[in-house]
Amino acid sequence: MTMTGTATGPATPAEHGARAGEAVRGPLRLARRRSAARKRHSVLMNLLMTVMLLYAVLPLFWLVVNSTKTEAALFSTFGLWFGGKFALWSNIHQVFTYDNGIFARWFANTVLYVVAGAGGATLLATLAGYGMAKYDFPGKRAVFAVVLGAVAVPGTALAVPTFLLFSDLHLTNTPWAVILPSLVSPLGFYLIWLYAAEAVPNELLEAARIDGAGELRTFLVISSRLLTPGVVTVVLFTVVATWNNYFLPLIMLSSPNWYPLTVGLNDWKDQSFTAGGQVIYNLVITGSLLTVIPIMIAFLIMQRYWRSGLAAGSVKQ
Amino acid sequence: MSRRGRARHHAKPRWAGWGFVGPFLIVFAFALIVPIGYAIYLSLFRQQLIGGNAFVGLANYKLALHDPQFWQALRRAALFLAVQVPIMLVLALLAALALDSARLRLPSLYRLSIFLPYAVPAVVASLMWGFMYGSQFGLVARVRSFFGGHFPDPLSGSWVLAAIGNVVTWEFVGYNMLIFYSALRAVPGELYEAAEIDGAAQLAIIRWIKLPALRVAIVVAVIFSIIGSLQLFNEPNILQQLAPDTIGTNFTPNMYAYNLSFAGQEYNYSATIAIVMGILTMIIAAAVQWYGRRRAA
Repeated sequence: MTMTGTATGPATPAEHGARAGEAVRGPLRLARRRSAARKRHSVLMNLLMTVMLLYAVLPLFWLVVNSTKTEAALFSTFGLWFGGKFALWSNIHQVFTYDNGIFARWFANTVLYVVAGAGGATLLATLAGYGMAKYDFPGKRAVFAVVLGAVAVPGTALAVPTFLLFSDLHLTNTPWAVILPSLVSPLGFYLIWLYAAEAVPNELLEAARIDGAGELRTFLVISSRLLTPGVVTVVLFTVVATWNNYFLPLIMLSSPNWYPLTVGLNDWKDQSFTAGGQVIYNLVITGSLLTVIPIMIAFLIMQRYWRSGLAAGSVKQ
Repeated sequence: MSRRGRARHHAKPRWAGWGFVGPFLIVFAFALIVPIGYAIYLSLFRQQLIGGNAFVGLANYKLALHDPQFWQALRRAALFLAVQVPIMLVLALLAALALDSARLRLPSLYRLSIFLPYAVPAVVASLMWGFMYGSQFGLVARVRSFFGGHFPDPLSGSWVLAAIGNVVTWEFVGYNMLIFYSALRAVPGELYEAAEIDGAAQLAIIRWIKLPALRVAIVVAVIFSIIGSLQLFNEPNILQQLAPDTIGTNFTPNMYAYNLSFAGQEYNYSATIAIVMGILTMIIAAAVQWYGRRRAA
């Protein structure tokens, strides 16, 4: 109860950090203890977890299988196994050539939104979280209260007012309409705050000050390195969020030339369902596969960092 | 780095923190605070045929409270919340306990695979499941013909909410599992050792060590899930075309607000719905947090 009990009272940021640190160190110690492997494997538990694994993987398997089928075979063959002509390469070719290669444009847009949106969000959240963790300044408590309060208002509920506001500012149907709101990551701000409190020792900052280093220089040369694992966690959160962003671009953009992949794919789906529209299910399915592959690769590469960062966040939130 | 600077910077600079926090706050204000203020402003006005934009006080809020379409959407969201969230969180909790039990053969394989759907865009997730549900092609059609038509159509009236619940569960069960699992990994090993020396059974360890350690994580997961349920939009919006008869324009509160704006041009009323949902979400989230704290005390 020691750990959960302390979270009940209003804790200072320094205390947050101390507990976050325990969480970061915890897994290492536990891993060693458990490698002794005193426990036997449980058949029932493995079986139940296998069922969950199949549930998680089944739709992705369906996606891969059906990306290899022709439009006709989609309807005539069994959904969960390969059938008909192997059409994956021709499907991919069609995805990239259909409608003058608009899919490539959507892909490039998505990359732009992710690099600018997630990159900017991570930078802003890192600076701000670090500032909260390592400095006392007038109005700090007010900053915390405002961020916390505003986050409680559901983001999508704000979409319509944001749209109207951006419309007045002539920002709708430009990349800025997607990028600007993506630049705010309160979760990233919070995670870096927790992480910096623990990962950057105050003594180190004091020593840098005595040596005459400026605050920004200290951050760039010393602190930013210590913050790297936390920053990678935030990168992952923001990259997944921006790559998968649908609602915001849906309302902000009217020209397909600025669509990200998600809105574009849905457009193709809508077209297939509309009476008189050209039916291109095979392109929707193969396009979906091509949308999922890059984010999954990024996800699998970086998930190790993500775990330790989540541990920090989960102890105290 | 001059000598002068060395002397001056001995003390912690009083305003340097603002230099770090400032840029974030500027964007934050522009992207969140200003829209909130604008929404509140909009909700107090009404576009009238005669006289144009007129201040109407809380009349829009009164209208919302007596709007059967809004209540219908809200009831559906509440039903979704009451059924989908417990199922998803219990599954996530059991999976996290299984991962933490050290009785699985390839724990990291399970952990990664079950977490993987979180990276799949809601659009793609809804498309995949939607196609699988579909009657033309996909799996459920096959299953139905196998059962001779006695298997319910997932996109029909009473089943469509469950079908959407399945998509949302698929997307987020692994994410919640990981939140719980991370909290379990943070339990100090000495606690388990002490319990084992005392001869505590596994179930007692779960009840008295693991569940209390998960309390904060559970409160967080519940709050996030409540917010997600009340904001439900992407999945029903994408599935709408596959089930146009069962997913109406006011299927969820958020879809209602969206359609009021973009199909009906009723911006003021739409903003009102958004603010009402925001207040409702805050109240429920605060209540969950309060309940979680009281239980711990």
